Amino acid sequence: MIVRILSEGQYDVPDAEIDRLNELDAAVESAVAADDEAAFRPALAALLDGVRTAGTPHPDDDFVESDLILPPADAALEEVREMLADDGLIPG
Amino acid sequence: MTLMKRMSLIFKAKASKALDKAEDPRETLDYSYQKQLELLTNVRKGVADVATSRKRVELQINQLQQQADKLQGQAQQAINVNREDLAREALTRKSGLAQQIADLQTQHANLQGEEEKLVLAQQRLQARVEAFRTKKETIKATYTAAEAQTKINDAVAGIGEEMGDIGMAMQRAEDKTAQMQARAGAVDELLASGALEDLTAQPGDDIAKQLNELSSQSDVEAELAKLKGLNAPAAPQAIGQGDGAAQPATDVPANENKPEAQA
Repeated sequence: MIVRILSEGQYDVPDAEIDRLNELDAAVESAVAADDEAAFRPALAALLDGVRTAGTPHPDDDFVESDLILPPADAALEEVREMLADDGLIPG
Repeated sequence: MTLMKRMSLIFKAKASKALDKAEDPRETLDYSYQKQLELLTNVRKGVADVATSRKRVELQINQLQQQADKLQGQAQQAINVNREDLAREALTRKSGLAQQIADLQTQHANLQGEEEKLVLAQQRLQARVEAFRTKKETIKATYTAAEAQTKINDAVAGIGEEMGDIGMAMQRAEDKTAQMQARAGAVDELLASGALEDLTAQPGDDIAKQLNELSSQSDVEAELAKLKGLNAPAAPQAIGQGDGAAQPATDVPANENKPEAQA
């Protein structure tokens, strides 16, 4: 599975790791839903670290779409909310 | 995988809009490459813009620092002539400037951070564009238009995503820089309007004026003393000369004695 961290690049992540990343993702998701900035920052850092640790950088000369795309490491909660709200999937 | 999935879908929808597909898939490759070169030029421009903003803030910090140093000097001068009230005023103004300087230093650090991020984005894109150029020629040389369709679609979708990523990084850097430019503009206006000159000691400033008056008063007193007595200012000179003349006289025999003792 190929995961892109925006502003950083693509990682090849073994499918076996996806469950663990799902848990980390859920923490980010709930922090965004609760508008909880204090919980959001460490949750996002943990998710991105999880991808970096579990994955290996995808080769530069191979051009493929990612299966998953994650916000940049320095993204603010508000930015993530805006990115998600752009096409109306999350109301408000 | 709710957050990741949503973000991926939204991002991909945007990225696919960035690159239109041509009738001949091989034209799509060339078109896409052209777009990448344009993006690279824009990112380079972005780096230069952020660097310009950073230098502007550096200049402002230096200007404010000079004014703060000047106020510090004036406070010292005021203390030397026993005017604690003036020294206090100068130091109060200096502390107002310190706040501005600290704020600008934070902005400077932020701009430096944005600049570094953009330089990284530029390097990343440059490497990718170069790799894409090679890939593009390989695909064109190896496959007929019909055969190449899938390969090309994949490669173009892949690079489209990358361009969307870098385009977004650039947008974020531009937004942040624009905010800081607005604040830097406000400081420039303050410097130009003279509002800060009131705060900091320019030549016409009241602290400087009062210190100048004090020093000219003491000059006048000295002149007066000179005219009245003549001996008062002359005395220290005579003493100084006397000391200077006496020293060599005592030193010479001492020096002469040493070589004799050694020999």
